[in-house]
Amino acid sequence: MSKNPDAPKVSNLNDLLAVAYQIEIDAVDRYKLLADQMETHNNLELVKIFRDLARAEGIHGEEIRRLAGDFDVAGRAREIAKFGKGDSPEEADLGSAHYLMTPWHALQLSLVGEQRALAYFTSIVETAKDPKVKEMAAELMEEEAEHVQLVHRLLKRYPKPSDTWADDLDPPVSQE
Amino acid sequence: MSTAETRATYKQADYKSDVKPIWCPGCGDYHVLMSFGRAFAQLNLPPEKIAVISGIGCSSRIPAYTNCYGFHGVHGRSLALAAGLKVTRPDLTVVVASGDGDGYSIGGNHFLHACRRNIDMTYVVMDNHIYGMTKGQPSPTTEPEFDTALSPGGTGVRPFHPLVVALASGANFVARCFSGNPNETADVLVEAIRHPGFSFIEILSPCVTFRPDEKNWKDMVHAAPVAATNDPGKAARRIMTDDGFNIGILYRGNRTPFQPAAGTTKFDLSDLEKDFEL
Repeated sequence: MSKNPDAPKVSNLNDLLAVAYQIEIDAVDRYKLLADQMETHNNLELVKIFRDLARAEGIHGEEIRRLAGDFDVAGRAREIAKFGKGDSPEEADLGSAHYLMTPWHALQLSLVGEQRALAYFTSIVETAKDPKVKEMAAELMEEEAEHVQLVHRLLKRYPKPSDTWADDLDPPVSQE
Repeated sequence: MSTAETRATYKQADYKSDVKPIWCPGCGDYHVLMSFGRAFAQLNLPPEKIAVISGIGCSSRIPAYTNCYGFHGVHGRSLALAAGLKVTRPDLTVVVASGDGDGYSIGGNHFLHACRRNIDMTYVVMDNHIYGMTKGQPSPTTEPEFDTALSPGGTGVRPFHPLVVALASGANFVARCFSGNPNETADVLVEAIRHPGFSFIEILSPCVTFRPDEKNWKDMVHAAPVAATNDPGKAARRIMTDDGFNIGILYRGNRTPFQPAAGTTKFDLSDLEKDFEL
């Protein structure tokens, strides 16, 4: 049903909600992990940003759970919401993290995640046979499109840092 | 597979401890930790029936970050500890974590004999081709031309070839994974734990601090073009001639694991105490 061969297949409304829920929960966990990493490395501005992002994704997850009513989205998600070899769409890339990263970098990670989620729900809208699935996927797609716009607006507040952003005059691991 | 009966349904989060990792942001070991949790959840193993044993190094911090039993042991001796545990507690699932320095240099001898003994456990080496914790010295898998202040002009020394060494020494399951593909790594871990005998998984896990070039690994890894074989000679030839970035299960052997029968040795602790009396 999705153009991404690694994406979970969705054939009914409950499965769509389960996958959508898992996408948000995965994002929450990932942002919390990044916040913890930044806390360990005393990058406090990023701690706040990642915690805020985690909170926002958590709210979206709860909204989806409410939409699902009595259906156990979390349980179903564990069964079907697996995105191939790697991360789910809104999981920020752990490999791109750096202890001196800036808000611009954090928002870039977030932007990629929102764009991937947008692409995923768009692919469902384009391929779904069930009108209920198509309708809900369209709603989710619109939400993700709004999130992409939101991140773009936030990025205006945090311009791209200079090329020396990773320079550390007192590096914790200097050997040279 | 050596596990206890399973009852509840476990989630990845059930295997995560409250201790926050102190690895560098961007380190591949975060993904490996995730893969551990995902694999254990897939197998639905009770956390108290798993023992994660390690030596010394960045990767060896992993037992503290799991909610299983763990032993953060002596440098290079994780396999010796794990072997002792497994033969006395065959009911436990024993997973051993190491790095390329701990596992192939300081613990190189134990590696050979663990493969040879073929005790039913899974050995995971997070290979980043460098000593990270001790600040960037060349390890047994560092490329000979890797030029740093600590190895001016490179070591000029041929790297260790762990997968082939494991095959030659008798490992019963050999695989290579990439940390950046955590679901795939979890699936391989599941297969390794299920496979009887000594399973060895090399996980390419980038060190972003001392080897920023390893960030490119995500574009270099690729699926092994052929399925796993049970012929160690064939597997060794394939691995010797691949580019080092073939990912997947490469060898599944059928050797019988070494497991002494429980209770065959009648032993009284007081006898041991007598030996040490002054």
